[in-house]
Amino acid sequence: MNYDMLLLRFGELMLKGKNRGRFERTVLTDVKAVLESFPQAQFLKEYGRLYIVLNGEDHESLIKALKKVFGIDTISPVMVCPSELDKIIETALLFMEKIHLKGETTFKVTSRRVWKPFPHSSQEMNHLVGSPMLKTFSNLKVSMNDPELTLRVEIREQGTYLYCEVIPGAGGFPRGSNGKAMLLLSGGIDSPVAGWSSMRRGLEVECVHFYSYPFTSRMAKEKVIDLAKVLAGYAGEIKIHLVPFTEVQTAFTGIGQDNLIITLMRRAMLRIATMLANREGALALVTGDSLGQVASQTLGSMNVIGRATEIPLLRPLIMMDKNEIITLSKEIGTYDLSILPFEDCCTLFVPKSPATNPNLRIVEKIEHRIQTLPTMLQEAVDRTETLVLTSNSHVDLSGEEEVVNGDWF
Amino acid sequence: MIYWDHAASTPPYDEVIQTMGEVMKQHYGNPSSIHRMGEDAAKLIRRSREVCAQALSVKPDEIIFTSGATEGNNMAIKGAALQYNSRGRHIITTQIEHPSVYDSCLELEKQGYEVTFLPVDQQGCVNLDELAAAVRKDTILVSIMHVNNETGSVQPLLEVGKLVKERNPRTLIHIDGVQGYGKLPVYLNDWQADLYTLSAHKIRGPKGTGILYKRAGIELYPLLSGGKQEAGLRAGTENIAGYVAMSKAMRMAGEHQQVFATEISSLRDKLIYSITKMPGLELNSYCNGAPHIVNVSFPGMKAEVLLHTLEEYGMLVSTKSACSSKTSEPSRVLLAMGRSHDVASSAIRISMGDLNTNDDIQQLLETLKVAVGRLEPLSRKE
Repeated sequence: MNYDMLLLRFGELMLKGKNRGRFERTVLTDVKAVLESFPQAQFLKEYGRLYIVLNGEDHESLIKALKKVFGIDTISPVMVCPSELDKIIETALLFMEKIHLKGETTFKVTSRRVWKPFPHSSQEMNHLVGSPMLKTFSNLKVSMNDPELTLRVEIREQGTYLYCEVIPGAGGFPRGSNGKAMLLLSGGIDSPVAGWSSMRRGLEVECVHFYSYPFTSRMAKEKVIDLAKVLAGYAGEIKIHLVPFTEVQTAFTGIGQDNLIITLMRRAMLRIATMLANREGALALVTGDSLGQVASQTLGSMNVIGRATEIPLLRPLIMMDKNEIITLSKEIGTYDLSILPFEDCCTLFVPKSPATNPNLRIVEKIEHRIQTLPTMLQEAVDRTETLVLTSNSHVDLSGEEEVVNGDWF
Repeated sequence: MIYWDHAASTPPYDEVIQTMGEVMKQHYGNPSSIHRMGEDAAKLIRRSREVCAQALSVKPDEIIFTSGATEGNNMAIKGAALQYNSRGRHIITTQIEHPSVYDSCLELEKQGYEVTFLPVDQQGCVNLDELAAAVRKDTILVSIMHVNNETGSVQPLLEVGKLVKERNPRTLIHIDGVQGYGKLPVYLNDWQADLYTLSAHKIRGPKGTGILYKRAGIELYPLLSGGKQEAGLRAGTENIAGYVAMSKAMRMAGEHQQVFATEISSLRDKLIYSITKMPGLELNSYCNGAPHIVNVSFPGMKAEVLLHTLEEYGMLVSTKSACSSKTSEPSRVLLAMGRSHDVASSAIRISMGDLNTNDDIQQLLETLKVAVGRLEPLSRKE
């Protein structure tokens, strides 16, 4: 016997007042998009919840797809039976069999009689369903306070729902419900995770990537596009701005202040990203900074670097440990791409001892001395290429034939 | 002329030949070069690896590209033996393995390893109790084939995996899958296989290519030194066109497996049924074997004579495995199955491909009848 339905619960968006309707509509749109690949499934909306009637679709692959929808807090696979006492008990027993208990397990039954004409009260139902289960499964022990397993029984007029598993969803706010920001996307582990975290809070994200031919390779650029495509899997589609950065970057190498190169470079990046944000109507920048991780992410560096932009600079990973970031990046599917060994422009020209506590006045003086800097920044923005990606778009950077010809495989 | 030697090699799919040519023409860069042409070549190899991995339901980094089954088997057996000799120096295999496995084990025996060659029953299957008894604390590897190349006998891999891992969870299991892929279902996970060898030209792919599946976490001592190709396990510039074409063949053969098994085993059953009714012939294959191999002996007549007589009528069969058919010794496999010297010296192998038809079988049977009739008076009776 298989599950009949999935029960999806909305997260904290339910706490919102007037915006709730709009938030729910966005989640619904995303769920509908997921359901396109599961043609038999249908959904039913209820206050604070969404039901998906499976009609034979595989619940596991559907859950996997729904875990990418922001705004869904939890997912439970549900069995449905007619609201008759013997049918409910029979289904509860089937349910336990399906779960495969491992060793002794504490449990309780929590019933809810939504349909009042049903002859037994919620309290009575807990006993009526619980005792035959105890008889059948010797591994089960009752615990009212802290059970490992809670079987929920919801009695409704059209049928009774039984479920016990509560699978965490992506959580957060629906896609794009909290405005737009520009994400500085390198090829590393952190920035894609920062992007995902922002998207989960309902930010629409556009990626900005800086490349430095011939100091970085074409592969580095392709790797970033692949990373953006993974993020697009959570957003439907995503924009990426590819900024040519060679000239700006090399302008800093000749000034005899090697230890400040990273600081100068990061400031230039923020300026370009801000210009792009203004052009695209974004209200903030997002970076993958994590306090103290590298020289440019010390408090002193962040102070000097952050002053290069006047719009909010969001750092979702700022207080996270590297291991936590890595775990997340594996979960969201960017880790394997991130660790591919192509150098990006952040690792280029790294001095032997980069400044961890740069002096703002000296930095500003150097920038002032490079008179062509504002022009170079503007040119970089003008020469920026913008691509719109979906999770399965084929991007062709060179304008030549696709390298991997699908017919060959 | 009808080709009945698919266990030796198969006609490549047209798509494989086309792919091979196009890739050779367009992508001659060395995948290790870091310019555009090298990067493109590397990309094709990555995609090939993904396609092969998908065909076996494993991860791409568990696929090592090789030059074929001989290399794969050598790499698996000697590589594991050298890598894990601190765990022990005992290896188990069977008496009916392909020479690339059998002789690798003999080689290791000379180097001081101890090898148990398990016997097989009259149908060519290992005895599980004997296997269980052979697994010891210091057994580092069990190497066993999926389908025997001479007779088509199929080994009980599910039980083998369970037994071996129960007796010693650290013992590695290597499966020579060359004659099984595309013919029978493959369940690497359920078999608990750690290493699995395939060759492309047995599944209508190009010659000179193959794969060794190596489960994540297992180390092998590399047999070739040099560049860092294949994660340092196999130095040497990659055969890009070959790998791309192989991945195509693997995908196609995997997709056709069920149809192949159904259609070809019905041809095999017909062949076996009719041969049982021909006086003078003795079958060495059974209906519970692989769908595509039928081995039959004509005692009293050297195998080569029957082979060449059939060839005169346009039927190309083989004796023993192609790799050892030029020596006129009796088949080691058939002797291990308890056949007499006479039966083991007079066996021919008929191996079918997906292009063979019912009509072909009809013609073969008629030819066989004529050939046997012609040779019967000349045969040496014991």
